[in-house]
Amino acid sequence: MDERSPAIVVVGHVDHGKSTLIGRMLHETGSLPDGKLAELEASSKRRGVPMEWSFVLDALQAERDQAVTVDTTRVWMRSGERRYMIIDAPGHRQFISNMLSGAAEADAAILMVDATEGVSEQTRRHAYLLRLLGIEQIVVAVNKMDAVAWSEERFGAVARECTAYFSELQITASAIVPISAYQGANLVARSEHLAWYTGPTLLESFSGFVPRSPAYDGPLRLRVQDVYRRGTRRIVAGRVDSGSLAVGDTVVVSPAGITAKVESFETWPTSQKERARAGESVGFCVDRPLFIERGDVISHVSDSPQRASSFDVTLFWLDETAPDVDESFRIQLGPTEGRVWIEAIERVVDTENLAQSTIGDVAQYSVLEARLRSNAPLPVDTREVSAFAARLVLLRGSHVVAGGLVSRVAGATRTTNLYPQQHLITRHERAVRNGHAGAVIWLTGLSASGKSTLAMAVERRLFARGCFVYVLDGDNIRAGINKDLGFSAEDRAENIRRVAEVAALFADAGTIVVTAFISPFRKDRDAARAAAGSAFHEIYVNADLATCEARDPKGLYRRARSGEVKEFTGVTAPYEAPESAELTIDTSKHSIEDCVEQLYAYTYAATRNAIMAPA
Amino acid sequence: MHLDELESNSIYILREAYRCVAPLTMLWSMGKDSTALLWLVRKAFFGVVPFPVVLLDTEMELPEVYEFRDRIAREWNLDVRNELCPPESETDPSLAPASRAAARKTEGLKRLLQREQYAGVIVGIRRDEQATRAKERIFSPRSSDGDWDVRGQPAEFWGRYATDVPRGMHVRIHPLLQWTEVDIWRYTQREGIPFVDLYLSRNGERYRSLGEKNITRPIQSNAASIDDIIAELETTKAPERAGRTMDHDSEDSFERLRSAGYM
Repeated sequence: MDERSPAIVVVGHVDHGKSTLIGRMLHETGSLPDGKLAELEASSKRRGVPMEWSFVLDALQAERDQAVTVDTTRVWMRSGERRYMIIDAPGHRQFISNMLSGAAEADAAILMVDATEGVSEQTRRHAYLLRLLGIEQIVVAVNKMDAVAWSEERFGAVARECTAYFSELQITASAIVPISAYQGANLVARSEHLAWYTGPTLLESFSGFVPRSPAYDGPLRLRVQDVYRRGTRRIVAGRVDSGSLAVGDTVVVSPAGITAKVESFETWPTSQKERARAGESVGFCVDRPLFIERGDVISHVSDSPQRASSFDVTLFWLDETAPDVDESFRIQLGPTEGRVWIEAIERVVDTENLAQSTIGDVAQYSVLEARLRSNAPLPVDTREVSAFAARLVLLRGSHVVAGGLVSRVAGATRTTNLYPQQHLITRHERAVRNGHAGAVIWLTGLSASGKSTLAMAVERRLFARGCFVYVLDGDNIRAGINKDLGFSAEDRAENIRRVAEVAALFADAGTIVVTAFISPFRKDRDAARAAAGSAFHEIYVNADLATCEARDPKGLYRRARSGEVKEFTGVTAPYEAPESAELTIDTSKHSIEDCVEQLYAYTYAATRNAIMAPA
Repeated sequence: MHLDELESNSIYILREAYRCVAPLTMLWSMGKDSTALLWLVRKAFFGVVPFPVVLLDTEMELPEVYEFRDRIAREWNLDVRNELCPPESETDPSLAPASRAAARKTEGLKRLLQREQYAGVIVGIRRDEQATRAKERIFSPRSSDGDWDVRGQPAEFWGRYATDVPRGMHVRIHPLLQWTEVDIWRYTQREGIPFVDLYLSRNGERYRSLGEKNITRPIQSNAASIDDIIAELETTKAPERAGRTMDHDSEDSFERLRSAGYM
């Protein structure tokens, strides 16, 4: 019982008998609890169907009524001394995200193929996903042999079809087993109908399955989840993804590139830990005050991750809506987060038939090879270095649209990537001297929502606390750097772009810069976020249109309504509200003092937490 | 080895929850699972529990359970909030009797969420307890009424969780989802975690799953120590929640409770 039980996912096309197999298998191995068999018989009878083994797993009423698995589920199977966790994954096309959620944590897979139909759409797609997920222990179960009169010939044909597809994908099955899940043939006990088959039964074919072990031997990678303050100490918390970490190790924090020595592991209730290895969640302290934040990667100096703003990825596209080139996405590599654009799509593979194309829309569930670009460099690893660290997820807002792996780090760098290396003073040093980190506090909201009032008041409060702080607003920007710009759509976009770049420079220089612009378009604000990287904080100053219109201090709404002012945000031009603002302040519901206090507290904490308090 | 891995995963989940979801709370029923979970919280945050711990109180727990709450709350320095659940008359009248008794907790939780506006609730359920719990995600978004959209659950893979909670929703966080009943007992034994002694046999009976006294029955058992319990679990084929009458009102009783917001 010391070892973890292998987790086996059962995948394959809808109706090829996955849930039936698991239900029957649990019965054959004596893993069903008392009373379950009677419950299944009763439930089947009520629906007027013969014994439905799939009801063991398809516990939801909708699943039972429609005889289709909706969501992934997990059950435990016992066989003698061994235990297995069996993951049922839905085979219906519509539920492939659920399939992925189940399969991603599996150690091994059973791919079900219906002997009457042979390899079909989801069989291929699931096999492709297994390869992307790095699941190498695979057994094929050719089901419904009873429906093809237990034909050796038919089995041979299906087996050849599978082998051919697998070899194209460069994966191998350790066994191909003819079975009848419904009749329980060749699952645990051999069947007289399959006397011609001399290979292992399905249960025997599992005996070689072992849990995938964490990457103990890989290079050290620990993505920081959080930093906790305990008195004057700061504890860095995270999970060791690969390699090992020991007291006394010199580590480098990416992407900043600063180094420190591991002083101690923090543990509770006892405290005697010298070393942590892959898979462990740990807390540790370093020997000097450092600017470490969520998403930073801890590695050894000799093999740190690459800092890249351009890299190639293989993506499995999960969303119905195809990506646009130049569309911006959130990217997450574990706790490391950034914003990226799809710069180019090199290749699109239809996972159903392996047809490749370089053009056209990306269909849902296709695989694409693409180049991503981020403005702020991200610490990345390719799958060759670490299969674990190479994993990434792309999101639109908070919705997952793709999972994938970094395949190559492109050599190309833009000039903006170079300047941090030319500076001899790090952001961290500036932050330590100033007592706070630089930041862009980007206020966005309708005209008269209170942005400027808030910006000015919070500037005063922060200044009083000794912070270096400055407000960028229409007056000081339009008067100088942007005096060549008018109010056309292009000029407005350019206005915001320049504000964003100037703000990013201020922040890099260590100043807290508060900007007060309507900035109605998400795309522009995303670009501003990309320019300032992790120093960017989007603050949604939210007041409903009616409130703003009632305030109307400059009479602009009145003039917009009368048609005197054209393209006025909220009246005749759109305002795209933030989808994931760091803070939302509702000025129609709270007093101005409360709103200032909210913004002040947020900003103070955000810029102060970024450095260590003096001991 | 196996327990270390489960422990590390749960700690990872708890730290993600604490960092990404605020305000946050945890439900504590004083049972073996949520007490082991509290222990994991203390491990994750080095001895402290950095959020309030809520007991959905129907005033129907066994007296030993309340004594245990008071003792542990004091010894572990917990911020325990006792949330008194509305009476049965305020639950869905179409539910069967035992389900209605259980649904009081659902109503209590709804009130708590509405009043305190928690964005995240940590709950100590496990997949091996019950077939619909087996379908849960680790981070499971819910409407403010607690409704569970089982068809539209977010993709969850590679340790990436749905931590963004839209306004008016909350997320249920399930750090023990991958644990089994016997894992909990082995861990409780290894770590020396306290537990209510109703789990141990007295006069040939013990509680395998602790619930309110009106809807929970003890099982026949002579297991008088954790070792005995583990040995019993290795061979038993009786389901863990056999003594929880609310599960057995009808085929879909537990699914109905859960899709309406029960834990």
